[in-house]
Amino acid sequence: MERYKTEPLKCWQKAKELRESYYRNYVAAHEKGGIRWAGSGWAFDSVPMGLGDDVYSLTSEPYGAAVASDPKFSLECLEAAEKVGFARDLCAYMRNYWGSVILDKYAFGGPFPKPDFLWTAHICCSHSKWYQVVSELEGGIPYRSIDVSVGPAPPFGEITENKINYVAGQLLDGIEWMQKVTGRRFDDEKFINATMNHFRSTSVWGEISLLNQAVPAPIDEKSMYSLYVLTMLGGATKAVADFYDEVKEEMEDRVKRKIAALDTERCRVMSDSQPPWAFLKIFRYLESFGCVFIGSIYTFGLKGILVYDDKTETLGLRAIPKRPKTREEACRALAEWQLYIPLYQHFYNPDFKSRLMIVLARQWKVNGVILHLNRGCEGTALGIMENRLALQKAGFPVMTYEGNMGDEREFDEPRAMARFDAFMELLGLRELD
Amino acid sequence: MLEMFNEWVESRHEYAHQWKKKNPEGRIIGYFCTYVPEEILYAGNILPIRILGSHEPQNVTEPHIFGMYCPFCRDCLAQGLEGRYDYIDGLMIAQSCLHIRQAYASWILHIPVDYQYYLPMPCSTQTTGSIRFLVGEYLEFKKSLEKWLRGSISNEDLDRGIRIMNQNRRLMRQIYEERKRNPPPLTGLEAMEMVVSSQLIDKTEHNRILEDVLKLLPNRKLDRPQGKRLMILGSENDDRIFVKMVESVGSTIVIDDHCTGSRYFWQEVEPNGDRLTSIATRYIGRPPCPSKDWPERKRLDYVLELAKAWDVSGAIIIQQKFCDPHEMDIPAQKKYLNEHGIPTLILELDVTVPVGQFRIRVEAFLEMIGQEDLF
Repeated sequence: MERYKTEPLKCWQKAKELRESYYRNYVAAHEKGGIRWAGSGWAFDSVPMGLGDDVYSLTSEPYGAAVASDPKFSLECLEAAEKVGFARDLCAYMRNYWGSVILDKYAFGGPFPKPDFLWTAHICCSHSKWYQVVSELEGGIPYRSIDVSVGPAPPFGEITENKINYVAGQLLDGIEWMQKVTGRRFDDEKFINATMNHFRSTSVWGEISLLNQAVPAPIDEKSMYSLYVLTMLGGATKAVADFYDEVKEEMEDRVKRKIAALDTERCRVMSDSQPPWAFLKIFRYLESFGCVFIGSIYTFGLKGILVYDDKTETLGLRAIPKRPKTREEACRALAEWQLYIPLYQHFYNPDFKSRLMIVLARQWKVNGVILHLNRGCEGTALGIMENRLALQKAGFPVMTYEGNMGDEREFDEPRAMARFDAFMELLGLRELD
Repeated sequence: MLEMFNEWVESRHEYAHQWKKKNPEGRIIGYFCTYVPEEILYAGNILPIRILGSHEPQNVTEPHIFGMYCPFCRDCLAQGLEGRYDYIDGLMIAQSCLHIRQAYASWILHIPVDYQYYLPMPCSTQTTGSIRFLVGEYLEFKKSLEKWLRGSISNEDLDRGIRIMNQNRRLMRQIYEERKRNPPPLTGLEAMEMVVSSQLIDKTEHNRILEDVLKLLPNRKLDRPQGKRLMILGSENDDRIFVKMVESVGSTIVIDDHCTGSRYFWQEVEPNGDRLTSIATRYIGRPPCPSKDWPERKRLDYVLELAKAWDVSGAIIIQQKFCDPHEMDIPAQKKYLNEHGIPTLILELDVTVPVGQFRIRVEAFLEMIGQEDLF
């Protein structure tokens, strides 16, 4: 059997450092008179950066996932939220986050660092309600949310002036509001710089995703999880944007030299939805069959920008907008860019995501699809059964397993493993020695 | 007279078939969510019919909707997959919760309809730009309808649509006002059937019956004791078996906050120049679904005001299993009502309800709120 060369990722250590400093800087922000804000990873994070260089965020979904990766602490948090009366089937990230606030325990040590304001974006039913509760739990923190649910982007829909005006108008109002609640003057230049960084981070992540079409895949999805998350942890900072340039360079080099993520790659699998974070070992288990996860609409397109060309039926890049000259131009460019997020599209119709998934599966030369029926996220679970039907119709073998990204009580490990074994058998794969 | 509402609810599909026979050129649009601007549909001489479930167990939606989605959305889709709405010409949704969007999407993917429309109703109804945005989307929707109808919808047509809807709202509101009486002249079940039927039949016909009912109510008395005056609120609820049970154990439901109840008709469109702006202003300003009630919690005071004005002794908070928007509101809602002296009982509803178990819980609740009467 052919074995590819493999090497550890050179960017790994730097990714870890960026992540660690992100959570550390947020806690330390007040020591130097800086500002802390919290909100969704989909919040327009370049906007608060107009308030100064000492403004730090805590994005909620990655934080919820960080809590989930520590099952003992996660359980404490989940139970704390349940004691307040919140239902067990609500978003698991949200419950982990709420629990952490209720217990006043930060996942990285110490008390939960209270934000100065809340700034988020709303597309799934949970986002704005999440921070409504956080604001209440923290004694009434100023809170603002941007409604981005205006309809799908091309080719699935049209981004009209009306839609851009609505989202950009909210961003402009948000800037006025931020100045009021922080007492700081907003610096348009800083905002525009951060917006350009945001465009760069999310576009280059798209490029990195495209590089994984190569056989062998230069990176596996489990490793990608540690890298893609930076689009949500300071994606609008120069440090993260520059880091993605380095990652891209490394991936190009790996593709050129045929350096594989998995030396025994013989089967390429696409996933969907957030994984059960407390059980990432499933990825390593499937590697023992020579099965590499090449990515997913979720991992590529949670924040990375890839666009679907319905004429060529391919996924490709979207040109980065020209540098805006004014605050107004920046808000409009930002609004439009964000509406192209691949993972926004299925909120309007699962068929849009099915089309993206089928193209991805073809373009990335996928042999099978493993869908996580994620009880912890109604957003990514939206339409997933229709995606399953569409992928099957397009000729891809599909398996599903039920779990929860952030509540380990809902992952039946032996049952899931048995299903993986059966799927491997269906794909004609046996465990390698 | 009030029995008519029950009859319409029971025979909703027969009614629609008959309507088509009587109006061979007429078109019917099935809709999801009460944020759909029915004024524009009436303006186009279209009969809007809300898609609701049947409260019967089914086995057809499992391949389409993941099991953690609410029973209501699955029940609605089941109706489509089972062919019960075979008479509709079109289907539309005004953007609301993810669950009902999934039912709409699966429907249009698998059941052919001549016309379909996804109206991006803003999720935020407290943002300054939301009315302007909605007006822009109404313009697109109107254009799309005109193309389908091959005819234009004039201002006069819109005025007619607004008139029909407003009259229906005004009359139902007047009947709700009658429920403030002690004892009220109609039961909660009758009120529910009145509102639900208004979502299922031609409102011009519904308005005629409402006018007759209004004349009848001053002299109408219930044939049983009122018992405790209750409010019901929460997720979509058209479960008549449940409501009947609640009212059979010593209570009368006198007010609600449901999209199958007061929330559907509470405000009228106030004509103010541009028709679409007037309509948009009404839908943005109406009592919100919890999915749109942010950043401020406007529902808390609104619900409390209803509870006080209708003088209730307690409230039953209904949550469709897996209904995220309501699940996120319930702890705050319960706390607020309790703090203001309104005891609450939370019940989780599925497609069918365990009536026996719920009866015990409702009886216990009524006994609890009736304790002070003992001393």
